[in-house]
Amino acid sequence: MLFFLLVGLAVDTVYLGVFTLHGLPVPLATISTLLFSIIMTVTANNFGGHLILTSVGAEKLDIQIPEHRELHNVVTEMALASGCSMPKVYVVYDPAPNAFATGREERSASVCVTTGLLTLLNREETQGVVAHEIAHIRNHDTRVMMLISVLLGGVVLLSDWAQRSLFSSRYGQRHRSHPLIAVPALLLVAVSPLVSRLLAMAVSRQREYLADATAVEFTRNPLGLAKALERIRDANLPFRKATSGTAHLFIANPLRRRIDDREGMLADLLSTHPPINRRILLLYQMAKLPSGAAGGMGL
Amino acid sequence: MSWVIWGALFFIAAWIVWTYNGLVALKHQIQNGWKQIDVQLKRRYDLIPNLIETVKGYMKYEQETLKQVIDARSKAMASNGVKETAAAEGVLTESLGKIFALMENYPDLKANENVLRLQEELTTTENQLAFARQHYNDLVMRFNMRQEVFPANMIASFFRFQPSEFFSVPEAEKTAPRVNLSLS
Repeated sequence: MLFFLLVGLAVDTVYLGVFTLHGLPVPLATISTLLFSIIMTVTANNFGGHLILTSVGAEKLDIQIPEHRELHNVVTEMALASGCSMPKVYVVYDPAPNAFATGREERSASVCVTTGLLTLLNREETQGVVAHEIAHIRNHDTRVMMLISVLLGGVVLLSDWAQRSLFSSRYGQRHRSHPLIAVPALLLVAVSPLVSRLLAMAVSRQREYLADATAVEFTRNPLGLAKALERIRDANLPFRKATSGTAHLFIANPLRRRIDDREGMLADLLSTHPPINRRILLLYQMAKLPSGAAGGMGL
Repeated sequence: MSWVIWGALFFIAAWIVWTYNGLVALKHQIQNGWKQIDVQLKRRYDLIPNLIETVKGYMKYEQETLKQVIDARSKAMASNGVKETAAAEGVLTESLGKIFALMENYPDLKANENVLRLQEELTTTENQLAFARQHYNDLVMRFNMRQEVFPANMIASFFRFQPSEFFSVPEAEKTAPRVNLSLS
């Protein structure tokens, strides 16, 4: 919202010259961008979860299949541990082991797991993964991340629009506002897509760490999640139905770019997920075990 | 200067309302947590006769253990209050664990689909019980702590809030291994 306000103000200042004597009496662009952002936010809030579920092809559980029943039971256990109400559970028929949670409220949240994850992980490990997803729900990460993905798209759209209008001919004619005001506005318009993207990724990474920690609070068993992450890492399969827009929702980056396994400033800045090795290491530290020794034991 | 006094009074009143409401909310959450435990306990009572019935034919030489479970179940069903229930449930959990361990010796049992299904049901009930208890105890800890820390303890004692009881695990169960039977 703040970004929309700032971008709208920038457009008003530079392009329409609202804050000069001869400009428009109303900050038109600011109001319209604010309205735009409100509409988008409401849409994302109400339909976002459903859209994402259909886009990856999620299906309801078939309670007759033992694996599905086990998943249902595990989710019930974790819902009890967290004190949340039971989320809806979905599966995606896909060999890549991955999972995500979505939904704006605790009551209307859903957890979605791939069948690859169910076959690859044992009960204890599935429990860790489900706990991580429920942790996202209880921390309201689904809401935070959904808003961020909407804002990210919106800011890029707006700044593109602002850039076009800046370089069109009308700017020259309306040169009455002080040029110094225009400089920060210009800068903001140019930089906002990049900044918003980096911000979104930084938030997403911190939320992953937080969800890992909260998951351990629920299961009191850091090794379950650590082993699950190890298996997901070693399986090394991309989840093809995920897009860059929904990547941040998953437990492990579904796009599997090389950069995610590296550590260092640049990799840290550009990825939606923290390096998976670092997450595993932190979980082993919670269990007070050195990662090397226990890692061999787990597999 | 009078508005300063009014402002201070307003903030104090707001703080009292906030603290009181927080305590009441926690109290109800604890009650709800206890209900969740109760649901799991009931479910376990219902499942045990099924398990015994299915297993009886196979485990001819373990009649003593089976009888122990039935006894522990009826004792747990008759108990009242947090402390007594916790103790009786501990015994039941232990004897169930024994049966699960013994079942490993009977390959016929593990091939039976009915038994596998029951086993998963009981495993999840045991886990749900453990997690419901964990959540309940976390809530009790928060509730009791908030009643004791200054200055909220003044509100708590004025409105006569009582500390809640933990659902504590009896000594016997602490030594018993946690039931964890996966189907895979």
